[in-house]
Amino acid sequence: MMWKKLLLALTTLSTAVVAAAQEEPSAFNMTRGVTEVSRDAYDMHMLLFWVCVAIGVGVFGVMIWSLIRHRRSRGAKAAKFSENTVVEVVWTAIPVLILVAVAVPATAVLLKTNSPSPEPDVIVDVHGSQWKWEYVYPDEDISFFSNLSSSSRDASQLNAEKSPADAPNYLVDVDNPLVVPAGKDVRLRITSDDVIHSWWVPQLGFKRDAVPGQFNNADIRIDEPGTYRGQCAELCGSGHAYMPVVVEAVTPEAYNEWLAQKKQAAAAEAEEASGPWNREVAMAQGKKIYDSACASCHQANGKGIEGTFPALEGGKITTGPVEGHLKIVIHGSEKNPVMQAYGDQLSDREIAAVVTYERNAWSNDTGDLVTPEAVEAAR
Amino acid sequence: MNQTADSVVDQIEHEHSHHGPRKGPLRWLLTVNHKDVGTMYLVLALVALLVGGVMALVIRAELFQPGLQLTQPQFFNSLTTMHGLTMIFLAIMPGLTGLANWMVPLQVGADDMYWPRVNNWAFWMLPPAAIMLWIGFFMPQGAPGGGWTLYAPLSSTYAPPSIDWVIMAIHIMGISSILGALNIILTILKMRAKGMRLWDMPLFTWTWLITGFLLLLAMPTLAIAVTMLLTDRHLGTAFFDATNGGDPVLFQHIFWFFGHPEVYIMILPAFGIVSEIVPAFSRKPLFGRTSMIWAVIAITFLSAIVWAHHMFTVGLPVEAQVLFMYTTMLIAIPTGIKIFNWVATMWRGSMTFEAPMLWALAFIFLFTIGGFSGLMLADVPADYQYHDTYFVVAHLHYVVVTGSLFAIIAGVYFWLPKWTGHMYNEKLSQWHFWLSAISVNVTFFPMHFAGLAGMPRRIPDYPLQFMDFNMISTVGAFVFGFSQLLFIWLVIQTIRGGKKAGDRPWDGAKGLEWTLSSPPPYHTFTEPPSRQTIHDEGPHGYH
Ligand code: HEM
Ligand SMILES: [Cu+2]
Repeated sequence: MMWKKLLLALTTLSTAVVAAAQEEPSAFNMTRGVTEVSRDAYDMHMLLFWVCVAIGVGVFGVMIWSLIRHRRSRGAKAAKFSENTVVEVVWTAIPVLILVAVAVPATAVLLKTNSPSPEPDVIVDVHGSQWKWEYVYPDEDISFFSNLSSSSRDASQLNAEKSPADAPNYLVDVDNPLVVPAGKDVRLRITSDDVIHSWWVPQLGFKRDAVPGQFNNADIRIDEPGTYRGQCAELCGSGHAYMPVVVEAVTPEAYNEWLAQKKQAAAAEAEEASGPWNREVAMAQGKKIYDSACASCHQANGKGIEGTFPALEGGKITTGPVEGHLKIVIHGSEKNPVMQAYGDQLSDREIAAVVTYERNAWSNDTGDLVTPEAVEAAR
Repeated sequence: MNQTADSVVDQIEHEHSHHGPRKGPLRWLLTVNHKDVGTMYLVLALVALLVGGVMALVIRAELFQPGLQLTQPQFFNSLTTMHGLTMIFLAIMPGLTGLANWMVPLQVGADDMYWPRVNNWAFWMLPPAAIMLWIGFFMPQGAPGGGWTLYAPLSSTYAPPSIDWVIMAIHIMGISSILGALNIILTILKMRAKGMRLWDMPLFTWTWLITGFLLLLAMPTLAIAVTMLLTDRHLGTAFFDATNGGDPVLFQHIFWFFGHPEVYIMILPAFGIVSEIVPAFSRKPLFGRTSMIWAVIAITFLSAIVWAHHMFTVGLPVEAQVLFMYTTMLIAIPTGIKIFNWVATMWRGSMTFEAPMLWALAFIFLFTIGGFSGLMLADVPADYQYHDTYFVVAHLHYVVVTGSLFAIIAGVYFWLPKWTGHMYNEKLSQWHFWLSAISVNVTFFPMHFAGLAGMPRRIPDYPLQFMDFNMISTVGAFVFGFSQLLFIWLVIQTIRGGKKAGDRPWDGAKGLEWTLSSPPPYHTFTEPPSRQTIHDEGPHGYH
C-alpha cells in the first residue's frame, strides 16, 4: 500500500522532470541546448541525477525504515552489533563501481568537449571588460561592443520608474549581439581586458572564463538558427549582472549578408571620421561612444550612481579645465582602476568626440569643441 | 611521611581544584579556563551568526523580485562577500572551536588545554579581527565586493582600500586558528588520561585531532595567498597582475589549496558531533568505529588534492581536469562510508528523538543531499554548466548550513544540559527544530532549480524567469532567520534555570564528560579518571 503510493509519487515526479527537460530552455532543469556539447552535458547531468536518486532511495529508504521500526516507543530493544565486515566491504565496493560507471562516460565527454576542431570556419575573439563584451572578427576586420540594452539598463536602476517586466528580455538583451553562422565550426578565443569574467550561454553548453593575459578557446557548432541568451558568470565587480551574452546564430547566407553590412557601416564611419570636424559631428559620434563605453557606469543620463560612480552632469572634471578631462579619459583614474585608460581603446577622434559630448550633454554647457589634435597633444 | 605536611599539600590541592572563576568583569578578559574560553567562542559565533544572518536577509530581500529595491550593486556585492567571510571565519569555525574547547579536555580527561594562556590569546584575537573585517562598511568606498574567494585582480588592484583591513583580519584569524589547532592537537596527544588509547578516543575528539592538522596545512596557505594580494597592491609585485606578466589563475590555485581543505575543516568536527549523538540516541555503539576514523583520515588526504575542481572553467589542460575529476569523485567513497555507518548505527537501535537527535538526523539527510550535488559538480562536462550558478550556492549551503551549522546546533543541544546543569525547554526546542528544518529547505532547495535554469550566482538582479524560485527562497530565508531567535531565547532560558539535568541526562550517552556533575566544577579532572572509568565510558564499555 505504502510502497504503491511512493512509487506513484516517484513516477509522477520523474515524468514531470522529463517533460520539463524537453522544453527549451527549461524553467527548472538544465537545458538540453543546441550544441553537441550542451546535449552531452545534459545527458551527463541526467545520468548523475538518476544515480543520485537511486542511491538516495536506497539510503533514505533504509534510514526511514529504521526510524519507523527501531524506535523505543515501539518497544525496540537495541541490538549490540557494531561491525560487519561483509556489509562494509559491499558498501565500499558498490560506490566504487558506481563511480567507475559514471567516470567512464564523463571522461569520454570531457575529452571530446576539449578536443579542438581542426579547422574552424569562423574565429571570433571575445574580450570581457567591465561591463560589456567586445567581439573582434580578426579575419574580417570587424569589431564591436555588446552592451546591455538601454531598456534593461533603465529598468535596472535602484527604484527605477520602469518595471523590469516592461523591458524585453530583461538583463539578457544587448544592443549588438554576437552573430555567427549556424551549422559551422566557430572558435571563440576568450580573454579579458581587466578582471576575470566568464562567457556563458546555457544553451551552448559551457562557460569559459575570460582571464586577463590568457586566451581560452571554445569551439562551438550551433545546429539551429536562433537567438541564445546568457550572462557573465564570474563575479567581475558592480556591473556583473549587467553584461549579458547574446548569440544570434543565422544561416550562412544571412551571416555573409550581415558581414557585408557591418563592413559597409564601418566604411561609412571611417569616411565620416575623415570628414570635417564640427560640433554636430562630434556630438553625434560622441553620444554613440558614450552609450557603449561610458554609460554602463556613469549612466545614460550622466548622473552616475551615488557613492560608486561619479556624476558627469555638473561634474568637477567634466565642467572644469579640458586638460583634466582629457587626462582621466586617456590615462584612467589614479585612484580607482575601474575608470580605465581609454587611450588604448579609442582613437584621437573618438576621444575628442566623447569628451566634447560629455562637456555639452545634459545640462553641461561649456560650449567646448575638443579637437583630435588636442587629444594627440594630451597623450 | 610527615603527616602535617601531607595534609597541607592536600589542602592546597583541594583549594586549587575547587576555586571558582575570578570575580568581576576581568574574568572573561583574563580567563585561561578552557570552559570559559569555550563559552566565549560560542558567544562570538552566535553574534557572528546574527551579523552574517542579517546580511543574508538583506541579500534575500533584494532578490525577492527582479529590479533593484534596496541596495546598489556594489553594496550588494559587499554583502555577499562579507556574509561569506563572516559565516566561515567568525561563525562556523569559532563555533566548532568553542565546542572543542569545552569538550576535548573533558573527553580525554585532561584538566585544561595544553597552553591555557595561548588559548586565551587565540580567542581574544578574534574580536579585533571581526572589527577589521567589518570596518569597510563604514569606509568611503565600502567593504570589498570581490567575493569571499577574493579572486585577483578584482580583489587586488581593483579593490577598495578596505580590502587591506580584510587581509589583516584574515591574517589575525589565521594565526588564531593555528594557535587553536596546535593547542587542541597537543591537548589530545599530550594530556590524554593514562589508559585511553588513541583508537578509543571519542569521535568528536578524533575528528578535531585531524582537523587540527588540516588547519596547520590550510591556514598558512591562505596567509600566503592574501599576502601576495597585499604586495600586489602596495609593493609593486605583479603575482596576479597579467598586465605586468603575472597570472590571475595562480591566485586561484593557492586559494583553493587552502579553500578545499577549509571546507573539510568545517565539516570534519561536524561528523564528530553527529557520531557522538547518533549512538547515544540509538542506544547502540557506533557502527564501524575504526572505518569511521579511517574515512576521516582518507578524506583529509584527498581534500588536499582536489582543489582544482573549483577551477574547471579557467582553462586548465584537459589532463588536469580529468585528474581532478577523479580525485574529487574519490572523496564520495569515504563520505558515503560515513553515512552508511550512521544509518547502520541506527539500524535495530532503540531510538528516541530528543532535540540533539533530531538535528543530527536532519544533518544526515540534508548533508547527503549536499553530497549528491557535490558528486554531480565533480563531473566536469556537467560542471561547465553548473559552475558559478545557484546550483553551487545550493550545494554549499546544504553542506555548510544543514551540515556544519546543524551539527553545531545539535552539539549545543546535546551538551547544554552538561554545561548549565539544566534541561532546555523540550517543547520550544521542537518548534525550533521543525521551523528550521522546513524553512531551510524552502530556502535552499529551489536554488538547485534556479541554478539549473541558468541563474548565475552573486548577482543583485536577475532575468524574470528566475523570479518564482527567488521569491520562495526569500520567504524561507526569513522564516529560517527568525526561527533562530527561538534558539537564542532557549539557550538563555536554559542558562538561567529550568529542570535539573542529571549528570548523564541522555541515558545512551557514553564518554568521560558524562561522569562529571552537571554543571561540572570550574576545574575538572584535576584527578585523572580511573582506568575503569575510561574503559566503561569508551567503545568497549557497551559489552
Ligand atoms: C562528496 C563530497 C563533495 C564533493 C564531491 C564536492 C564537490 C564540489 C565541487 C566540484 C565544487 C565546485 C563547484 C563549482 O564551483 O563549479 C564544490 C563547491 C563547494 N563545496 Fe563541495 N563537495 C563535497 C563536499 C563538500 C563539503 C563537505 C563542503 C563543506 C562543508 C563543501 C563545500 C563547498 C563549498 C563552500 C563550495 C563553493 C565554494 C565557492 O565557490 O564559493 N563541499 N564542491
Ligand atoms: Cu572543494
